[in-house]
Amino acid sequence: MAILQQTARRLPQRWTAGYSVLAGLLILLILAFLSVVKLELIVNGLFLGTILALGAIGLSLVYGINKFAHIAHGDFMTLGAYIALFLLGMLFPSIGLEGIGLGPFTFGYPLLLALPITMLVMAAVAIGLDVGIYRRLRSRGVSAVVMAMTSLGVAIALRGLVQVIWGGGTWQYPRLSKPFYQLPMEVRIPPDNLFIGALALVLVIALYLFLTRTKMGKAMRATSDNMELARVSGINTERVIWWTWGLSAALAATAGILLAIFQAQLLPIMGWRFLIPLFAAVILGGIGNPYGALVGALIIGVSAEVSTQWLTPAYKPAIAFLIMIVTLLFRPRGIFGVRE
Amino acid sequence: MSLLQVCDVVAGYGETEILHSVSITVERGQIVTIIGPNGSGKSTLLKTIFGLIRPKKGQVLLNGEDITGVAPETIVRKGLCYVPQSSNIFPSLSIHENLEMGAFIRTDDFRYRLQEVYDLFPDLVERRNDRAGTLSGGQRQMLAVARALMLDPVMLLLDEPSAGLAPNLAVSVLGKILGINSTGVAILLVEQNAREALKLSSWGYILASGNNQLEDRGENLLKNPEVARLYLGG
Repeated sequence: MAILQQTARRLPQRWTAGYSVLAGLLILLILAFLSVVKLELIVNGLFLGTILALGAIGLSLVYGINKFAHIAHGDFMTLGAYIALFLLGMLFPSIGLEGIGLGPFTFGYPLLLALPITMLVMAAVAIGLDVGIYRRLRSRGVSAVVMAMTSLGVAIALRGLVQVIWGGGTWQYPRLSKPFYQLPMEVRIPPDNLFIGALALVLVIALYLFLTRTKMGKAMRATSDNMELARVSGINTERVIWWTWGLSAALAATAGILLAIFQAQLLPIMGWRFLIPLFAAVILGGIGNPYGALVGALIIGVSAEVSTQWLTPAYKPAIAFLIMIVTLLFRPRGIFGVRE
Repeated sequence: MSLLQVCDVVAGYGETEILHSVSITVERGQIVTIIGPNGSGKSTLLKTIFGLIRPKKGQVLLNGEDITGVAPETIVRKGLCYVPQSSNIFPSLSIHENLEMGAFIRTDDFRYRLQEVYDLFPDLVERRNDRAGTLSGGQRQMLAVARALMLDPVMLLLDEPSAGLAPNLAVSVLGKILGINSTGVAILLVEQNAREALKLSSWGYILASGNNQLEDRGENLLKNPEVARLYLGG
């Protein structure tokens, strides 16, 4: 009985948050059926949202453990996308691994190989940056602002590196144009988007299982809650920090590759442009809460896409920024943030 | 050889020196209580023993082994566990996961130990899958102690386990501590609730502004009129 009462007392806060998200989606769908909003924009906004989610979840994990805003996260995405470009455009063809137009998709099977390799390489890059830069600052006990500014420096350096190697112009993965799926209500979906959504979903589920079922995943959540108590319990928090960097960079790399497929182009600034939507998603979902970041990302993705019905696409980041400001003003702990 | 020996420790935060020279000794299986006014350095002493603060001078010996300035994640492997005064649980983890984190460094099967700990704190069993952040103040303190017990320690450092609890709950927490001690775990206790704590203790120390003021058997400190007037509230 006591348990029931406790549960009843705790639920409303989370449920109202969840219901308001559902209600928002429902209103959008009704508007779509009344032909006020194009359903196509909502659907493709959800796909964009899943890409955003991979970046936002990683950003949220890094914040949870390191307690600073990791400004280089967008450029982790960029670097990941370009590393895959190097694999697909240069390394793989030179050893005879070529192929485009796998099934309904524009890309070929080499991409399926490039994905895990890029994830591993980016994980190593992130851990290397921690050893080389962030850990040194951490051991000196510098403030979160200094850490964030350092990551801004890292962001600019990574983007500079991409520009030096690949130039400032646009690139594409080797691809074969494919017809879109034509669905009722004038919804057209590029087949690649189904791959994007499915892969993002699989990774999110895998991450959820990692965080809730494995010892390291639980240690990561424990360290995010209270680093000193984690150390007192015997958890090697430096190793937890490395796992966090590795995982979030691998997710960011995937997001970068999927974004390059989604937009059918690579640009040195692609990840940097994604930074405000990323932070908006993290703040909307509740800072440091990876599940919140997922929902926040879907909301930002849909809002940004739907806005293009009335505004030029150049305003998409502005929409994300607006949502971020409104959240900070009226519900700074985010949709799923809990008051401690 | 004593279980824990702290010899002439000098420690503090940055430039501020809090402990000027403190020495204490805990024998196997004892409950030792440290009392003293706010700011006398009781919590700082526990943090220094546990490697959260590096002492400027002095030595900490556990079983004769020098553990001065050794990191907490290493000390915990030597059978010493610590329960901080506040923020001593993982609020977003379930009660069960909190206990699993307590057993983090164990590589053996700790299910039997888990059952023992649940038997000691039956309140926690029915809430095992709830977020620890939803527990009441008393339950939080129980969970904090339970987490530290998961490693089967030879000694516990407890920093004001009854802080902020209603008097009847405070007494029940101290009762649990006596129960834990009866299984052979030595306890170094810092307590505001000095009278109750000294009743349980075989030995007591009084700290005042970072120095040893007085030490004696718990019952003698209770009987000492000056101690009663200055530290036990009359």
